[in-house]
Amino acid sequence: MSDFENKPGVPENGAFFPRDLEMHPPAFYPDYKTSVLRSPKHARLSLNNTISEMTGPVFGHNMLGELDNDLIHNFAEAGQSAIGERIIVYGKVLDERGVGVPGALLEVWQANAGGRYRHKKEGYIAPLDPNFGGCGRVITDEQGNYRFRTVKPGPYPWPNRVNDWRPSHIHFSIFGHAFAQRLITQMYFEGDPLIWTCPIVATIPDKRDIERLVAPLDMANTIPMDARAYKFDIVLRGRRSTYFENRREGN
Amino acid sequence: MVQPLNLLKETPSQTAGPYVHIGLTANYAEIKGIYPEDIGAVMLTDKTKGERIKITGRVIDGAGTPLRDPVIEIWQADANGLYNSPEEKRGKADENFLGFGRCACDLETGVYSFETIKPGAVPFIDGRMMAPHITFWVVARGINLGLHTRMYFGDEEEANASDPMLSRIEQQVRMPTLIAERKGDTYHFDIHLQGDKETIFFDI
Repeated sequence: MSDFENKPGVPENGAFFPRDLEMHPPAFYPDYKTSVLRSPKHARLSLNNTISEMTGPVFGHNMLGELDNDLIHNFAEAGQSAIGERIIVYGKVLDERGVGVPGALLEVWQANAGGRYRHKKEGYIAPLDPNFGGCGRVITDEQGNYRFRTVKPGPYPWPNRVNDWRPSHIHFSIFGHAFAQRLITQMYFEGDPLIWTCPIVATIPDKRDIERLVAPLDMANTIPMDARAYKFDIVLRGRRSTYFENRREGN
Repeated sequence: MVQPLNLLKETPSQTAGPYVHIGLTANYAEIKGIYPEDIGAVMLTDKTKGERIKITGRVIDGAGTPLRDPVIEIWQADANGLYNSPEEKRGKADENFLGFGRCACDLETGVYSFETIKPGAVPFIDGRMMAPHITFWVVARGINLGLHTRMYFGDEEEANASDPMLSRIEQQVRMPTLIAERKGDTYHFDIHLQGDKETIFFDI
């Protein structure tokens, strides 16, 4: 209980490290026009975590279907596959201490190879691919690793300024172990020149933090004659060990 | 140079965008056949313990217009005030209640609704009891970082008056933005992103 050492086995069940709101995008970013009327004017009210934020739902591996992590095939007719550049996206979910997060649920969604989303509010002229749905999910293993297979999404135009185009991207939603870690973000692809023209990317203040959303091409993990690989690691909030705090709830 | 702390930085957030439904509520987005059901769409079974309630409302922007594209997630304790989570050390929660819900706002009207149970009270950090509440998380196009808030119950006036979180709000005039009004078995909870009635959002 009065243990100073940061040794293995000491439960990390204290509050989460405070979120660095200077690193995340601000709510109000006028170049991303929709944010103007959808951003709170008041400052967020900062409060210590309570049990309501330090807990979260658990989704078990038994929830997953066989093709949930295979976007090339999970919407395709038997014997068919989605059209586009075949890729594997893999990586590790870690916390800020660098410890792998097992059992994290990742949900991903994306446009098809031509930049068209399968959504009734989407009106882009690029066609749907009858064999591509655009969503998948995976749960990290005991070390925090995940992988899924898909086609590389195309860039797509959107009505912000007259000629704005999103870089190729995959949306990620991540559940860690607590609701305080809840996160949605986007992954970009190494070398895409549109990254540096995009007002949504530019909501992130520091270029070095933007680069942490850019997945490098990994030829070492590419499967010859099949699919190239991109690596995307994700960091969730870490938490303190409770050496000194009130333990009336036990741990 | 001092020693490095060797901490990583959290991955930066990005907006969920207008097509968030594809990833989070695929069946609602009419992408059928990939997942048998959308997670969080049904929170109750016949065996779930507790008082059945409905929560409904809208997310409203700075011009007073309801958003039609958000996805809302909720997280709550069971009827006895226990969370269905490995982090819950005080007892075993109702095994027929996950405590998690997810709902897309209606693509035409912007209305969301959850059918759930009224949660029991849970303790604050120092052991004092908090009033019954439900954690809300809102994502949408134009929202760069998911917005955390809490819904408290309008018919729990006494508990709300002694809630340690609510009492931390300096501008008590804003506190009613977190209180849902009860009509029958339905609680009405609108979330105002901006303006005179702006909801209190938390950095937790």
